[in-house]
Amino acid sequence: MSAKKPTPADLIQIDFNPGKKDWIDAKIDFEKKRGNWNYQVVPKSAEYIGMPYPRKWSPVDEDWKLPDNWQKIIFDGLRERLDKYRSFKIFMDICVRCGACADKCHFFIGSGDPKNMPVLRAELLRSVYRNDFTATGKIFGSLAGGRKLTVDVIKEWFFYFFQCTECRRCSVFCPYGIDTAEITMVARELLNLVGLNIDWIGTPVANCHRTGNHLGIQPHGFKDSIDFAVDDLEDITGIRVDAPINKKGAEILFVIPSADYFGDPHYFGLLGYMALFHEIGLDYTFSAYASEGGNFGLFHSNELMKRLNGKIYNEAKRLGVKWILGGECGHMWRVLHQYMDTMNGPADFMEEPVSPITGTKFENAKSTKMVHICEFTADLIKHNKIKLDKSRNDQWRVTYHDSCNPARAMGLLDEPRYVINGTCNHFYEMPENTIREQTFCCGSGSGIGTDENFEMRMRGGMPRANAVQYVHDKHNVNLLATICAIDKATLAPLMEYWVPEVGIGAVHELVGNALVMKGEKADRTDMRGEPFLGTETVGKEEEANV
Amino acid sequence: MKALYSFFAVMILIGLAYLGISANMTTFFGLVLPYIAAAAFIFGVTYRILIWAKSPVPFKITTTCGQGKSLPWIKNSNLESPHNTLGVIGRMALEVLFFRSLFRNTKMSLKDGPKIVYGENKWLWLAGLVFHWSFLIVIIRHLRFFFEPVPEFILLVQGLDGLLEIYVPVLYMTGVALLLSVTYLYLRRALIPQINYISLISDYFPLFLIMAIAITGALMRYTPLRVDIIKVKELAMGLGSFNPVMPEGIGAIFFIHLFLVSVLLIYFPMSKLMHMAGIFLSPTRNMKNDNRMKRHINPWNYPVDTHSYEDWEDEFRDVMRESGLPLEKE
Repeated sequence: MSAKKPTPADLIQIDFNPGKKDWIDAKIDFEKKRGNWNYQVVPKSAEYIGMPYPRKWSPVDEDWKLPDNWQKIIFDGLRERLDKYRSFKIFMDICVRCGACADKCHFFIGSGDPKNMPVLRAELLRSVYRNDFTATGKIFGSLAGGRKLTVDVIKEWFFYFFQCTECRRCSVFCPYGIDTAEITMVARELLNLVGLNIDWIGTPVANCHRTGNHLGIQPHGFKDSIDFAVDDLEDITGIRVDAPINKKGAEILFVIPSADYFGDPHYFGLLGYMALFHEIGLDYTFSAYASEGGNFGLFHSNELMKRLNGKIYNEAKRLGVKWILGGECGHMWRVLHQYMDTMNGPADFMEEPVSPITGTKFENAKSTKMVHICEFTADLIKHNKIKLDKSRNDQWRVTYHDSCNPARAMGLLDEPRYVINGTCNHFYEMPENTIREQTFCCGSGSGIGTDENFEMRMRGGMPRANAVQYVHDKHNVNLLATICAIDKATLAPLMEYWVPEVGIGAVHELVGNALVMKGEKADRTDMRGEPFLGTETVGKEEEANV
Repeated sequence: MKALYSFFAVMILIGLAYLGISANMTTFFGLVLPYIAAAAFIFGVTYRILIWAKSPVPFKITTTCGQGKSLPWIKNSNLESPHNTLGVIGRMALEVLFFRSLFRNTKMSLKDGPKIVYGENKWLWLAGLVFHWSFLIVIIRHLRFFFEPVPEFILLVQGLDGLLEIYVPVLYMTGVALLLSVTYLYLRRALIPQINYISLISDYFPLFLIMAIAITGALMRYTPLRVDIIKVKELAMGLGSFNPVMPEGIGAIFFIHLFLVSVLLIYFPMSKLMHMAGIFLSPTRNMKNDNRMKRHINPWNYPVDTHSYEDWEDEFRDVMRESGLPLEKE
């Protein structure tokens, strides 16, 4: 049975008053709440990747078939993580429940559900911590805000910790920097320990481990996709570019999220990268083994993240590249920026990244040896190394969505804007409370961009959509550019739902459009195969008809 | 309900102190308990910090609230996304002294359209800042009881605090500010539905406790319940010099005040009030955003099972050969 999809008019009826009832009651009616949660992982994927207790179960079942000693498993797991993560331990202890985070969460804004206030989401776990791990909780129990760990609490965790996109917006506003993402990550690890995982994470990670990418595309399929893109780009530009795969001795390994060669509109960004690299004569290679920059392991556990991420350095070493360049992706860049070097470094087999075109040393990546494509391209534009015709993007009136992780885990804010301004004539910012470090999540990040939780995604994405609506109304914006693969996949249905007039595009699609290539055909089109604005009349068909 | 529990808890504490003093237990309340409380505070806070510090920081998880350091011509916001120690010190100073993050606070409202509006909302920031700063100044002022002669700095703070020269004895502005701000902090918990919903007994209790401390303090200074300040100083000096003496004839209100302060000190380390120390250790705020410049070490980093290239090629060699992908082993 699939959930019926509510209309925007239904969804916007939001009651922000939490009522008088104590939140301590954990009972959730999963049947009634269809559209707000994700399906369980299929046993096959769970087994393949080694998740504990693979089994058949469903959130709508009364009995989730937890292992007999599930409580002990959770408590032991909690204790272990308190000892491993200072962040988690401190965040369990110091929250004063000031409520500054409450209306900062896109899920709370879109749903009004009090348990979507970051403070309360954390309390779902903190209450159990207090009850069994603190002196006051052990003595005073519920008077000290403690709560017994019951099956209903576990179910409630499953519901709400897969209703947090780990976007870290709350952490920007918290006076102590409490980051709900840290708490959600631990909670999901605990759920994993008793075999409660969702399929949208479980199956992609199993695929990624086996074939190299979330989609489970095998090496020959990967090659086909890239070859196909080479053909497409030739149709568009008249130029046949070289796109090597697994090429030993290339200077640069280029890693992208798999959606770039499989998804729409991601694909137009891929064409943009390839056109750009051809134009500047970059010596690079793709890898079929490391054919995924994205890492859904981040949304599952520290260990799985590390397992999947390991391929990137492995491959860089095997191919003997000097450094690594990374494509447009949000959570991929959280892993690359904040985790990769620590987990799988040191990357001492490579060289400090230097742009072969401009000679710029990427000092900010000298240890990890991985450069963001926006840093790379911004540097090219700054040094006038590519010829750009901004009018080739005149069909677009562009706004830019900062993806959560590049914004709040990297501080990558001005580079993409520089690239957009260098490639477009019409760029308009959304209101300041909704961009840069205060950017709103798409509502579908961290592995919960599925069909079955459609309602919650539309609710969670509502603040973002509302800000887009604002610039659409005011400036007639028709393109939402972004540098995150999950955004590109999930903002599309979000816009269709809330602001249907606005499409989604990659920043490097805009680059590909504006790029004036040596030897391009006279009637070249944009990356989507559409003629540029003002050149429609000299299209092929018309010429043939004359 | 939770507020009521907390209120009664504080009332009971006041009652206990009153009964104790009536039963002539001044030595316990005036000389013994303050030592116990001070020790509990110092050891408790130290213990909690050590326990926190024992857990490592495996990853550098800075929350970046501004442009990171990247290309030389892109302006780095070193206070919001610090790439060096100076930046971190600056960021922490803004956070600790001026509540920088809370200053960002906005209030969301949903208007017809639908249109979401993010309005200015600085009240919590203002009340929080006033509360903490006045509390600090009140504490500094109280140090005068422990010194003879009183150090210049304390006299200066005290002088500034009484600058308005209203009332006799002179009214301290911070006393008023403390009471007003703590009342605001209570009222928002009582009146804003969401805040009310998330509030626990342990959120109300310290508010009422501090309120009671401030009120008893004020009663002692500004009303006929006035106590003999010379004797209080004698007691404080004795406590401070570890040479405790109990002067005769200090009013019960003083012992209630002192008892509540003792309770606060004992309660402090086992409560959320530990945020005072925790803020300094918060990894999202006190770490640099120099992740790709400098490798961070995770002390418990352990080897994991990765799908190696060799195994991967073994699995896909046939299809790779067919599609012309390069192979390590033919």
